[in-house]
Amino acid sequence: MYSEKVMEHFSNPRNVGEIEDADGIGEVGNPVCGDLMTIFIKVDDGRLSDVKFKTFGCGAAIATSSMITELAKGKTIEEALEITRDDVADSLDGLPPVKMHCSNLAADGLHAAIEDYKKKSK
Amino acid sequence: MDRIYMDHGATTKPDPEVVNAMLPYYNEFFGNASSLHSTGQDAAKVLNRSREIIADLIGARSDEIIFTSGGTESDNLALKGIAYHKKNAGKHIITSIIEHPAILNTCKYMGETGFSITYVPVDDQGVVNPEDIAAAITDDTILISIMHANNEIGTIQPVKEISKIAHEHDVLMHTDAVQSVGKIPVNVDDLGVDMLSISGHKLYGPKGVGALYVRKGTRLQSLVQGGAHEFGKRAGTENIPGIVGFAKAVELANQRLFEDEKHLTNLRDTMIKKLLDSIPYSYLNGHPTLRLPNNVHIRFNFVEGESLLMMLNMKGVDVSTGSACSSKSLEPSHVLMALGLPPEEIHGNLRITMGRENTMKEVDYVVENLIDIVRKLRAMSPLAPKE
Repeated sequence: MYSEKVMEHFSNPRNVGEIEDADGIGEVGNPVCGDLMTIFIKVDDGRLSDVKFKTFGCGAAIATSSMITELAKGKTIEEALEITRDDVADSLDGLPPVKMHCSNLAADGLHAAIEDYKKKSK
Repeated sequence: MDRIYMDHGATTKPDPEVVNAMLPYYNEFFGNASSLHSTGQDAAKVLNRSREIIADLIGARSDEIIFTSGGTESDNLALKGIAYHKKNAGKHIITSIIEHPAILNTCKYMGETGFSITYVPVDDQGVVNPEDIAAAITDDTILISIMHANNEIGTIQPVKEISKIAHEHDVLMHTDAVQSVGKIPVNVDDLGVDMLSISGHKLYGPKGVGALYVRKGTRLQSLVQGGAHEFGKRAGTENIPGIVGFAKAVELANQRLFEDEKHLTNLRDTMIKKLLDSIPYSYLNGHPTLRLPNNVHIRFNFVEGESLLMMLNMKGVDVSTGSACSSKSLEPSHVLMALGLPPEEIHGNLRITMGRENTMKEVDYVVENLIDIVRKLRAMSPLAPKE
């Protein structure tokens, strides 16, 4: 059902955890639906110096969370905002169609964390 | 390492004796049981013998057994067959909200085609209250269908009491016994049912074959028109190899019933105790004692079922989950919802259904790995309390 890449990220997720003094936190999903993602970002000189996640959800939710941290780390805020749900799915060699909507929340989570950062730094 | 198969609620591995019993009916004895020549009559003989073996397991007469393609068809035949036959007597059917989709979706279809259906609830352990059945009966009620044991949480229903109520009101009683036959003693007279569904592949038999027990004198309309097979209740040339394998599986189940039941109950209770003792925020779903001897259904808060299943899969263990994420519909299990669990707790469940080949060593292996897996997933979960 899942690609090898999804399975690889699911079994060895990157950047799991919280950032204690995060500059932005994005929370998306809903435990009632079975997926909840929290993305933490650290920003230095307009770049995402650190990205971490905590996720409650299925294999796809965990793999997309892990992937977004890899895609976003080191990018500028502007570059990170351009990462889409499809980019995440493509980087994982695709997701089963049924998972594209419900569990592919990581890009939304990252964008929410950036919004949070922008709000706080105003 | 060999995989550890603990999804016997889904299907079972056919016993080698079953497969061996079937082979001659592919390779050599290929006759059509309706043919009058010797080749055909050999098939007719084994068909009758198989019917007797299956009837014997459930305390029925052989002419009360109708072979079908499996549990789903048996359920369809019971519900539609009675309803269409009795439609002038009444159009109301009573069932429960935790039935298998083979019953629920048949009822839904019948509800759309002129019948009215009452779905009785269950308590928080998944048990139907016979009083709810009694209260639902009207002058229009023709049939009650309540499963013997639930396929997800393994709860055994008070079918005997419900049959008694049904008959006091002159209503027919069907039970879907697909999950219970072969695992616990099932006797149609003791249960008092008029019809009972069985499936071959849930008891180490082949897929594609099952039976509906229909009590002598109970009339129902055939759903498949054609020849006069199966006492005119189900047309089509009989699946002789499948039926032979089904009968062999039933014969073995009959011989091993008490041994299997004792073995499985021991594995089940050990696994439940070890999991609940060693994993905080874990709970047993269903009834502690009124449950199938092979069914462990556990809820682990703050983690999601598909993740649990996949991590166990990577450790070589096959189980299943009622999690929404694992279903094609993305709807969580209707059975777990019926228990009244809060929505966020419906997602982190595992159904572990053991079989006669499972061992205590395998139980220990699964428990040890689940402890690690739940810890790993909770460390990732934003919902879990910090350790």
